[in-house]
Amino acid sequence: MTAVEAQPEVKEIGRDRRRKEDARLITGRTRWTDNISLNGMLHLAMVRSPFAHARITTVDTRAAEESPGVVGVFTGEDLADTQGACINAWAITTDQVTPAHTPLPIDRVAFAGETVAVVVARSAAEARDAAELVEVDYDELPAALDLKEAAEATPENGGALAHPDLGTNKSALWRFDSAEAGTGGNVDEAIAVARTDGIVLEREYRQQRLIPAFMEPRSVVVDPTGEQITVWSATQIPHILRFALAATTGVPESKIRVIAPDVGGGFGGKLQQTPEEMVAFAVARRLGKPVKYTETRSESLLSAHHGRDQWQKLTLAATKDGHVTGLKVELLADLGAYVALVGGGVPVLGAFMFNAIYKFPAYQFSCQTVLTNKTWTDAYRGAGRPEATYAVERLMDELAAELGKDPLEVRELNWIKHEEFPFTTVAGLEYDSGNYEAATARAKELFGYDDLRAEQRRRRDAGDTVQLGIGVSTFTEMCGLAPSRVLGQLNYGAGGWEAASVRMLPTGKVEVITGASAHGQGHETAFSQIVADRLGVPFEDVEILHGDTQVVPRGMDTYGSRSLVVGGEALVRAADKVLEKAKPIAAHLLEASVDDIEFSNGRFGVRGTDQGIALTEIATASFAAHNLPDGVEPGIDADATYDPVNFNFPHGTHLCAMEVDTETGETRMRKYTCVDDIGVIINPLIVSGQVHGGLVQGIAQALWEEAVYDEAGTLVSGSFADYLLPTAADTISFDIDHTTSPATSNTLGTKGVGEAGTIASTPAVVNAVVDAVRHLGVDDIRMPCTPERVWNAINRAGSGGGTVGAAAPHFDESTGMSGNVDRTTGGNEA
Amino acid sequence: MIPAQFDYVAPTTVEEALAALRQYGDDAKLLAGGQSLLPVLRMRLNAPEWIIDLGRIDSLRGVREDGDAIVIGAMTPHSVVGSDPLVAQHAALVTKAVAELADAQIRHRGTFGGALAHADPAGDLGGPVRALDAEFVIAGANGTRTVSADDFFVDLFETAISEDEILTEVRIPKHTGWGAHHEKMVRVAHQWPICAVAATARVEGGTIADIGIGLANMGNTPLRAGGVEEALRGQPATEDSVRAACARAAEGTSPPSDLNGSADYRNHVVQVMCRRAVMGALEGAGA
Ligand SMILES: Cc1cc2nc3c(=O)[nH]c(=O)nc-3n(C[C@H](O)[C@H](O)[C@H](O)COP(=O)(O)OP(=O)(O)OC[C@H]3O[C@@H](n4cnc5c(N)ncnc54)[C@H](O)[C@@H]3O)c2cc1C
Repeated sequence: MTAVEAQPEVKEIGRDRRRKEDARLITGRTRWTDNISLNGMLHLAMVRSPFAHARITTVDTRAAEESPGVVGVFTGEDLADTQGACINAWAITTDQVTPAHTPLPIDRVAFAGETVAVVVARSAAEARDAAELVEVDYDELPAALDLKEAAEATPENGGALAHPDLGTNKSALWRFDSAEAGTGGNVDEAIAVARTDGIVLEREYRQQRLIPAFMEPRSVVVDPTGEQITVWSATQIPHILRFALAATTGVPESKIRVIAPDVGGGFGGKLQQTPEEMVAFAVARRLGKPVKYTETRSESLLSAHHGRDQWQKLTLAATKDGHVTGLKVELLADLGAYVALVGGGVPVLGAFMFNAIYKFPAYQFSCQTVLTNKTWTDAYRGAGRPEATYAVERLMDELAAELGKDPLEVRELNWIKHEEFPFTTVAGLEYDSGNYEAATARAKELFGYDDLRAEQRRRRDAGDTVQLGIGVSTFTEMCGLAPSRVLGQLNYGAGGWEAASVRMLPTGKVEVITGASAHGQGHETAFSQIVADRLGVPFEDVEILHGDTQVVPRGMDTYGSRSLVVGGEALVRAADKVLEKAKPIAAHLLEASVDDIEFSNGRFGVRGTDQGIALTEIATASFAAHNLPDGVEPGIDADATYDPVNFNFPHGTHLCAMEVDTETGETRMRKYTCVDDIGVIINPLIVSGQVHGGLVQGIAQALWEEAVYDEAGTLVSGSFADYLLPTAADTISFDIDHTTSPATSNTLGTKGVGEAGTIASTPAVVNAVVDAVRHLGVDDIRMPCTPERVWNAINRAGSGGGTVGAAAPHFDESTGMSGNVDRTTGGNEA
Repeated sequence: MIPAQFDYVAPTTVEEALAALRQYGDDAKLLAGGQSLLPVLRMRLNAPEWIIDLGRIDSLRGVREDGDAIVIGAMTPHSVVGSDPLVAQHAALVTKAVAELADAQIRHRGTFGGALAHADPAGDLGGPVRALDAEFVIAGANGTRTVSADDFFVDLFETAISEDEILTEVRIPKHTGWGAHHEKMVRVAHQWPICAVAATARVEGGTIADIGIGLANMGNTPLRAGGVEEALRGQPATEDSVRAACARAAEGTSPPSDLNGSADYRNHVVQVMCRRAVMGALEGAGA
């Protein structure tokens, strides 16, 4: 670690800096991938399967080839030798069943929307026109669609198999048992005891399928001209993409440069090595010309990976006074048609979080991942942790209801007390810091908890049409993916470190290189603040470079709330190394002993004198190298790579008040308060943005968003008319605040915030909706809580039923004004 | 999203537009505000060879008074209709429905005539024009004809306008002094209604003298809640009578089942919404 004694006075950290990247991002005057145009560039359009599962019998490309402007049409067979493969980086078990995933399949499609052929033309419009002329003959195969049915299907019982040659839809079964791991007791025993003398809650929750729906559709440009092949892609993972391109196509890694220029959102949805990138790469190499592919919004909703999609079976055991004695979790997780890059690892990330902030003495988790003929699933904001948090926070409310106690009281009974940190959980993680009492107390006060409870009672007593419910979610999450050793133990294909370099330019400006490649989060601003403070240079003088494998040779990219806590720590260490290198030069130039040199505010001074020299002057001096101490190399630039020793654990108390119209089932948010403890805050404005956006995304899962397939396996919610993304008009103004327990696992004391709002808010909202109508006999409502589901839950037994899958989308042939289309009812999800 | 190629004309008179329609026939589509047509073209659900843009025909734009009616030009944008004082005074139901239609951007571009000609059963304007007994003026080769709201809506996305005709204006009999209320259920703000009830009523001495109720997204066309109207005419303007009458709101409906709700649910909720809409209208009428 650093040998520098004095740190510069804190000026930038904690400051509400406006994001320096916003002007260019918001006006679009920047390098979005689709803005890049190269000489002689050709355009691609994809031909996609309309069927969920079918054998490709013939592909007739003749008409398309003759269409104006068309340069070529390629099928999977045409590119068989060069197209590479989409990889799964995380086989969660050694016997995981992983279907081969060729970017353009050769003889069979496994989901509706899968690429079948690619048309290359001089303009995007010509490519699109010609794509319609490609004639593909399919033999439809039975499609595995329903998750539970798919899990049961075998060749013997005739159930549909997503990949018949594999003989099963089951991909992997991942287990954790605290008794076996030595981290806790035996769950089955705890449940048995509770059955005779205690409380056992058995619940089943559905995590509906969601679509990440980032703002910028995915786009890729590949330029094979010159010695290297350059790939620009709207991706979160330029470094991983470069590795995957090289590893699966045989092109040497040194011949590939991947650039993620400005990227317009991802939420995990761009944490993928996509078939489209692979196809563009293959076509550019084949033709020797630059090519571009930009998906349409419809293609994005259809084929970019989806998220969530689990059935969660939960058994919670507790004593009669509300102490939880054990939790058993059995998940079914829908992988879709292929095991994506992280794929089956997503639910495994949740495995460590079902015990949340609580001291459960016994815990057991199992997850069966299942292949189906639907769009593949992978990380989506929170990745595994929202699912876990939802389940446990719903259960804690249910336990409180069972006991007739306040849900906050039951939580407090079970949570880790602030004086008990660091605390090793039943899932084997060590929580470094936290203070659930403080966050909860502040949240209750801000929310006006007692007044709202009183109003709730009044409305209940009066039998009001509109009832009020209060939902609680006291969440934690694991951030900062991830200690490489842990990833190794989990069989993940890479490490979890991050790299940074600090380059002191001769003019006194600072270039910072980070392997954490941003896609809208504001890294450039926050990282500049950190470096400006550390080196005592003006914020404006720091430039953050990222997202280009040629500029940033090593990096693990951005996901899992890791950028600040892992990437930021790497930055701090690189900056400290710069100071270490500069110090002997300072001593030399000041003609003083190194031991007498101290650093503050960007200057090295001689202790007890007013003599000093600025770091930037040393940068210049070391560049000129005219007068350096003997044996000191010119240059004070430094690199650092940081491998975290632990995750870190932001937490927070979220309180939500929902009104429910009992006559219609409509819901309306009345108040939302959250107090998050994310450690030391670098930029409060950016944090607010992350929290607000995160909350809306989580609320949207509770109330609005759902990817729905019909009985043929077609995505019905394939446009924004049917996939309901909220806008500002649908949200209220949130009350947010923070308590601070600095993380002990990094120098800055920071914790992740990118996913916090999304993870915490979903159960808070559903808990509030259920709470509003619990006195009417409701104990669950399936997400999204549509008016119909809420109304059904009040008026009929159960949790409101599935979504009608076979309904017509708003935009279909009938909207196309070409005669009548039957809009009859379809089946309900089992 | 790139539509298939098309050619484009922008006539400046209705006559020229009609001539263009005759010339290109089946291969042409009229373009109003484009808020429904453009998504359809871009998703390639339709690929006309000609687009005839009505945007430069000034005579199709604006709101005027004509005796007992107010007249809304087909190309008048929603935002103009929504803020027009004549509409607010004589057809308040339209003002209220337009205020909730889609979002500000779409209201700025989308047009009154375009929305009605599009005849989306989930459109917000079908209910009000039925409740208000509007008339549709349609121009064709042989001059103009007028069609009642009851006859205008034929089926899903199908109206009485023939392929060689243009909707020029909508005439709404003045409902001066009538109360009006639009009840719209959506899950997110920019959505078409899951169900909407448009009610307008005139009250005389505590009695419902006359009432019109239109329903959106309760069948293949906008519907009129005739049973409820019948049950309420001449009845006291009280919650009890309204509650009883609105139990008939689902009579004769055939609502869709879709991602936002089943037909059963719509048949339930339309009764609640009808009651609220009528109560709102009665309140507005001074009951
Ligand atoms: C995101 C979104 C949300 C929306 N939400 C709602 C909503 O909540 N409620 C609602 O009611 N509507 C909604 N709409 C639709 C909106 O009202 C449109 O403006 C309307 O449906 C079409 O009007 P337009 O002027 O844009 O017509 P266009 O899209 O230009 O035309 C629609 C159709 O009508 C035909 N047509 C247009 N004018 C004439 C004419 N004078 N004579 C004959 N035929 C003609 C066209 O040929 C075309 O077939 C929404 C639209 C969008 C994009």
